[in-house]
Amino acid sequence: MRTRTNIEFRNLTKNFGAVHAVSDVSFTVEPGRVTGFLGPNGAGKTTSLRMLLGLVRPTSGTATFGGIEYRNLERPLATVGTALEASSFNPGRTARNHLAVYAIAAGIARKRVGEVLELTGIAEAADRRVGGYSLGMRQRLGLAFALLGDPEVLVLDEPINGLDPEGIRWIRGLLQQLAAEGRTVLVSSHLLSEVQQTVERVVIVSHGRIVYEGTLDALESAATAIVDAPDRDALRTALEAAQLVVTETDAGLVVSAASADIGAIAQRAGVPLSLLHAQRAGLEDVFLQLVGPGTGVGA
Amino acid sequence: MIATLRAELGKLLTTRLWWVLALIMIGYVGFTAGLLAGLFGALGDQLGGQAGAPQLPPEAIAPVVYSTVTAVGYVFPLILGTLAITSEVRYQTLTPTFLAQPKRGRVLAAKLMVLAAAGAVFGVIGLVAAMGLGAPILTATGTDAALDASDTWALAGRIVLAMALWAVVGVGVGSLIPNQIAAIVVVLAFTQFVEPILRFGTSIWEWTASVGRFLPGAASDALVGSSVFTAFGIGGGSVEMLEWWQGGLVLLALAVVVAIAGYLTSWRRDIT
Repeated sequence: MRTRTNIEFRNLTKNFGAVHAVSDVSFTVEPGRVTGFLGPNGAGKTTSLRMLLGLVRPTSGTATFGGIEYRNLERPLATVGTALEASSFNPGRTARNHLAVYAIAAGIARKRVGEVLELTGIAEAADRRVGGYSLGMRQRLGLAFALLGDPEVLVLDEPINGLDPEGIRWIRGLLQQLAAEGRTVLVSSHLLSEVQQTVERVVIVSHGRIVYEGTLDALESAATAIVDAPDRDALRTALEAAQLVVTETDAGLVVSAASADIGAIAQRAGVPLSLLHAQRAGLEDVFLQLVGPGTGVGA
Repeated sequence: MIATLRAELGKLLTTRLWWVLALIMIGYVGFTAGLLAGLFGALGDQLGGQAGAPQLPPEAIAPVVYSTVTAVGYVFPLILGTLAITSEVRYQTLTPTFLAQPKRGRVLAAKLMVLAAAGAVFGVIGLVAAMGLGAPILTATGTDAALDASDTWALAGRIVLAMALWAVVGVGVGSLIPNQIAAIVVVLAFTQFVEPILRFGTSIWEWTASVGRFLPGAASDALVGSSVFTAFGIGGGSVEMLEWWQGGLVLLALAVVVAIAGYLTSWRRDIT
């Protein structure tokens, strides 16, 4: 029986000078399924993951594996497998030696290097220097590093970036298989469509804050409406007072709530409406509304 | 700690850097040693007869030839040590390094130890080059190559120690200046330009010479006990060089101070 380990973010906060990269992020990632960590570029995903892995010191809050910080794990690589960006290689070292160095450092058997090279499909190129690798091959090598310790937890930052269609299908299957084996899998992405078919739960961040946490199904059925009033500011104030997420567009205010509720709030506040229209948004639209306008869409 | 040491050794040996640097050093040290051996051997008699010419007693010729390993070759272990850190920063391999060993202090300690060993090996390789080319040329020109003298092998031991210390200084410099280009520029500018000028400049007056002998290159020469730069008594005047062990301690102190400063400043920083 595999040890089951949660990833726990508790009020995690990081400020770089005056920049609030991550603000009060709390969520739990459970084993047995793939969890997506979504948000546009610059939303604070990578910084959150680097704090989880002990590479960046949080300003406040904690990020742990079942209550244990990464640096206090007894066998870090055998507990948590990590793939961050696809560029952490010395171009003059071969893939096999790259993995061997970290296997030695983490006390992992040498034969595991050959196994993960086979598993990620780069065994034939293993004795070539990484400098000549394509982005897709680097991604696979990054994944091979993550799988080196046969870990209970996988933390993967944009693992699909740069893979070809065949590679994307392969990694989707692999992630689901790893989750089905009872592992905890956290996958970040800036594109919902990339992970839509793989993840069950999503945590969406924007500007360093969590804007949605739950299943994809619930996200899809989340009602939104577009509403406007001659006195738009008064309407906005009333809606925000009711704890609703409001996004201003040229056409009006986009609000994540049922249109009947919005109408009632406006009436109570005494704001006459000029527009109230329920939206049947697709998943991608909901995502974009959540993360707000002008934040690295499609980048 | 053993695993971390082995991993750091693996890192050093799995890229081409170490043997490329070793090859260049063999060429440079071998050439310089051969040139000096030929020069002193062939011209020694003529120089000796002229008033005002640099004087070098015959028994000092072989040490000067062999000590080219440190006199001109010390920059190679220094650069090897610097690159051992800065290449990790440049290629962002500190991320997997600290994921595999989150205790960062151990990684730095392991690097210092592995590079000390590598510097010693560079010292041995350099000696092979200097003696391999220098000794036959000395013998051929009728000068004593002194390969059977115990003093020569004591010199060789101090050369190996000095090369090891220079590699450790390099690791310290790299941890203090993580930017690879900046670190290399600083190392080359200091060793090839700033220090030679300072050493010459401080040798003019007695009181500055007593400070100048603590410069890293001067300390290294003191540790080795011989150098083509000091053999003719250029500089120093009445100010004695440091004792060999004092020179070694100055180098060691330099290495420890820069490594601790590097650890406290850049090594513990966020890896983004």
